[in-house]
Amino acid sequence: MKIYLELYASLMRYLPPGAGRHRREIEIADGATPHDVIDAYGIPRGSAHLVLRNGVFVLPLERNRPVFQAGDVLAIWPPVAGG
Amino acid sequence: MAWTRKILRVNLSAGTCTDEPLNMAWAAQYLGQRGLATKYLAEEIDPACDALGADNKMIMATGPLTGTMASTGGRYSVITKSPLTGMIACSNSGGFFGSEMKNAGWDMVILEGKAEQPVYLYINDGQVELRDASDLWGSSVWHTEQTLKKRHQDPQLRIASVGRAAEKGNLFAAIINDLHRAAGRSGVGAVMASKNLKAVAIRGTLGVGNLADAAAFMQAVNDGKTVLAENAVTGQGLPTYGTQVLMNVINGMAAMPTRNSSEMQFEGAADISGEAMMEPRKSDGKANLTANAGCFGCTIACGRISTVDPSHFSVKDKPEYQKNSGGLEYEAAWALGTDTCVNDLDALTYVNFLCNEDGMDPISFGATVAAAMELYEAGAISQDQTGGIDLRFGNAEALCQVAELTAKGEGFGAEIGLGSKRLCEKYGRPELSMTVKGQEFPAYDPRGIQGMGLTYATSNRGACHLRSYTVASEVLGIPVKTDPLETEGKAELVKTFQDATALVDSAGLCVFTTFAWSMENIAPQIDAACEGDWSVDNCMTVGERIWNLERDFNIRAGLTADQDTLPDRLLKDAAKVGPAEGRVNDLGQMLPEYYAIRGWTDDGQLTDETRQRLEL
Repeated sequence: MKIYLELYASLMRYLPPGAGRHRREIEIADGATPHDVIDAYGIPRGSAHLVLRNGVFVLPLERNRPVFQAGDVLAIWPPVAGG
Repeated sequence: MAWTRKILRVNLSAGTCTDEPLNMAWAAQYLGQRGLATKYLAEEIDPACDALGADNKMIMATGPLTGTMASTGGRYSVITKSPLTGMIACSNSGGFFGSEMKNAGWDMVILEGKAEQPVYLYINDGQVELRDASDLWGSSVWHTEQTLKKRHQDPQLRIASVGRAAEKGNLFAAIINDLHRAAGRSGVGAVMASKNLKAVAIRGTLGVGNLADAAAFMQAVNDGKTVLAENAVTGQGLPTYGTQVLMNVINGMAAMPTRNSSEMQFEGAADISGEAMMEPRKSDGKANLTANAGCFGCTIACGRISTVDPSHFSVKDKPEYQKNSGGLEYEAAWALGTDTCVNDLDALTYVNFLCNEDGMDPISFGATVAAAMELYEAGAISQDQTGGIDLRFGNAEALCQVAELTAKGEGFGAEIGLGSKRLCEKYGRPELSMTVKGQEFPAYDPRGIQGMGLTYATSNRGACHLRSYTVASEVLGIPVKTDPLETEGKAELVKTFQDATALVDSAGLCVFTTFAWSMENIAPQIDAACEGDWSVDNCMTVGERIWNLERDFNIRAGLTADQDTLPDRLLKDAAKVGPAEGRVNDLGQMLPEYYAIRGWTDDGQLTDETRQRLEL
């Protein structure tokens, strides 16, 4: 199925070639997990700190589960903060 | 002991400057800076007084760690009664001014009365004088700073001053030190200008070495710095991307107040984000961001130094704005950009420069412009009021024009200077003001981050994120991840953040250290520097005492529980998109529990038992 992968801040270097700052449409296998996607694009798991699926935080325990539906947005940040 | 044990009292009416000993019994109860100055203010003024009258006082206060080698130990606060909210004002700033005050030998400066003519306060260690500032009245902050450094032939003079906005009565006017660090919120600049005090200029050479246990202090400080350096947020994230990295995070969660909070996502967010600030521009190949910068003693260095594209319409014929200056932080970029739907990074950077140049809080300014844009599009105001400015959402030129007018208090800018609440009331649409207790709220929509609703509603200085930044937990997972859409447990979370932050703000440290530090890292630094018991438990008790003292001040100023609320838009209009779709902020589920945990009555009053427990 196709989902959207969004990478931010220092993780932008792991984006595959394409247009746009942050977002790429990617093909994933049925049953793929967030960790499968993170590993497939070479993102160090320790750097994938803030992981949102459709804007909702994916708990570390859930990152090994097949959570995706077609058209989902998986957005990932390293450890960041603001104020 | 870390305190200098000496305060400077300046009576502007009488033109006198006297020193007096610090009340050490109060220091043991309230530590310094925010807490201790609030104690002085609460004892010395009637909280019901006119905030812009001579009876109000204004205190510039350092903490015991200000000016020491503790990381981020350069903070000072301005404490006074706010003309914007009618409540306690407590605005915290970095830069180098606070450490200079401490190095000149002063824990705090109490400013009272009102000068007959414009003056500035000159402090050179123990030499203290009020000097004529008639020639500086009508000048910007930047001009004032440059002039005073030249006049005193001292490029290392540290200066805090007000600009033209404050002089013209702008109710969200800030005090700016070191050109672009701000005691920004609640209109403390308007209070300073109301006293005919243009600037405070300090040169301090005495050093800060008076530590209770110097060896233990250096050990605790070094341990703390190691934690900051090894933490991914304070060691890498903040120095590289600054606070602006949150723009895409909060937008991705659909918790971004947009279009005066009528929407919760901004399609132009990525254009004005921390990442966008690092991209080379087409015109000259340079990025908006030139460098990061640190305040005194800081080992994080989250500050932004930026330029505007020299070919951009806002600065094209203005070389003075084509240089490096203080760049966008997340809150400023949100208020100036997202809330107004302007996705022009150069326009926002230019307007941010103007806020620094003439001393305006960019949160309140941007949020008030957003409210004015909604009034304009709703037909409640027209170009007759705006002076011909087409004040629709997304109009970057209009934003810049209004900023130029507001900075000088001219034309429609004088009305923007009223703040969102008074502006919307004036034009018959009070429901369009996104404020709590009269202060504009910042960059988190409480429908998508429930704890921030309670934070805004109960903040002692009106809506504010920095009184209890539960975003750390609800979004970023610091110290533990909580569900942003859950209300259960948020009352306790908010109280804990409020008390801990009150303590940090009273120590001389920056609250950003708490992305890495817990009280277990902070208390040993205070304990080694200061005499007395500064254990973790006592630090939290002192934080709670400070919070309750501020609350008590506000109640004496006229606060009632019905003001612990949010705009109807957040309580009645459900989110239309994102994870919070269908949700409002469920303040009613959190507030009673919060009052109970605080030891307050059902109508938000301190009980006798709470007063006794906290020795108030």
